[in-house]
Amino acid sequence: MRIKNYLLNHLYALVYSLGQVSRAPLSSVMTVVVIGITLAFPAGLYMVLKNAQRLAASWDDAAQISLFLKKDVSNQVAAKLAKRLHDRSDIASIKTVLPDQALKEFQRQSGFADALRALEVNPLPAVLLIQPAAGFADPVAVERLQAALRKLPEVDFVQLDIQWVQRLHAALGIAQRGVEILAVLLGLAVLLIVGNTIRLGIQNNRDEIAITKLIGATNAFVRRPFLYTGTWYGLLGGLIAWGLVTLALWLLDEPVRQLSALYDSGFELGALDAGMAVLLLATGSLLGLLGSWLAVGRHLSAVEPK
Amino acid sequence: MINFTNVTKRYPGGHEVLSNISFELKTGEMAFLTGHSGAGKSTLLKLIALIERPTSGQVTVNGQNLTKLGRRHIPYLRRQIGMIFQDHKLIAERTVYDNVALPLVIAGLHDHQEIGRRVRAALDKVGLLGKEKLYPVRLSSGEQQRVGIARAVVNKPALLLADEPTGNLDPDLSAEVMSLFGQFNQVGVTVLIVSHNVDLIARFGRRTLHLQRGGLVTSL
Repeated sequence: MRIKNYLLNHLYALVYSLGQVSRAPLSSVMTVVVIGITLAFPAGLYMVLKNAQRLAASWDDAAQISLFLKKDVSNQVAAKLAKRLHDRSDIASIKTVLPDQALKEFQRQSGFADALRALEVNPLPAVLLIQPAAGFADPVAVERLQAALRKLPEVDFVQLDIQWVQRLHAALGIAQRGVEILAVLLGLAVLLIVGNTIRLGIQNNRDEIAITKLIGATNAFVRRPFLYTGTWYGLLGGLIAWGLVTLALWLLDEPVRQLSALYDSGFELGALDAGMAVLLLATGSLLGLLGSWLAVGRHLSAVEPK
Repeated sequence: MINFTNVTKRYPGGHEVLSNISFELKTGEMAFLTGHSGAGKSTLLKLIALIERPTSGQVTVNGQNLTKLGRRHIPYLRRQIGMIFQDHKLIAERTVYDNVALPLVIAGLHDHQEIGRRVRAALDKVGLLGKEKLYPVRLSSGEQQRVGIARAVVNKPALLLADEPTGNLDPDLSAEVMSLFGQFNQVGVTVLIVSHNVDLIARFGRRTLHLQRGGLVTSL
């Protein structure tokens, strides 16, 4: 019975708070839209970041070590070395590019065919293109492999093609931290927006609150509708943010598709998934509740019947 | 029902509104409280509903010592008291029905049929049945006052406090409103009415508490 009464009290406050929201439609809509935009901003940036990270992860497989052999290493020695290295457990495959092949490829691709033909000797060394094994593609293992290869007497120098991917990861890490900081700041902004709207609501309803207290309303009874109102604002704001982010991703989808087609990549923009949507709505509601809680705590006790 | 023992109320700044007042209002009694403006009549009512607290002395309402009543218990005290104000104190944004139903909702009543029954009974009592859906501004001053009375009695309180309930009404309406209080008193409700209306008070022939320069003079 007590629980039923408690729930009915909340139901009353819920319905009443909806009435409050609908009684001031313009200011309610403005508040909700402002909250929506404020929440959409970090959520949108987060989506961009997620997609960039996904793209960067797909490049991790491209970790490749180019082993430039010394000029005096013969083709036979190069082939033997390739065979020997292939037995290592941390290497998946090796492609040997001999100087003649490399020269032909270079002539074909660079357009300097005539100039290169004028050379009397082939200036290009033999190169072994090494693909690390699946379990050894992480930066630390690749680093270790690189160090081991550098010590080989036949090797002139080792080039790690993954370095730019690592730098990209580091940059994305900074971007993620930036988005997180922004999200916290904008979350605070939502708290203030809701708090201020609720404060105005309390001020506009001063008389009503005082009268209600005069005829025996507890603080909890007076407080409840405001808490619900704040939560509604947050929830609706979250819904708008979700709509804005979805719209933005939809608008970006076609240009991204075109760009990735130009790069011969099958990359597609990831949409806002259900988990993210729920998180967005929950965050909005929670911020709304918290914002109104703070406002109510500060301003409601000041309204007493005289 | 109400018991004041050596009650003094002094406002910050030293102005003493009530000085060492003692009186008793028995259960089922009806009395008037008179006095000049600023004589402390409203303050006395505020002490009963704990809108103010006395500087010294003891107030007891319905067996509860208000001195010892904490803030959290004030709402429950007020639910036992029906209060009527000169300026009605109706909520402008709510219909007559919702205004009268509010004390029931506050008290935790959720059965809509029961609420409807009680609200209509209270409105019927003050002769306003059929105006439930109107907003207070659409009513005359006398009608608004009667809505205020309906709201005060809807919860069937044992005690009614009225602060100049006829202050804004013409003589006919005043007499009508006063006779309403008489009817409530007849069914056992304790009633205390602040009023200036000497003629009307005389017609009722009840006990009159007269406040003068902070002190109490009881007549009749």
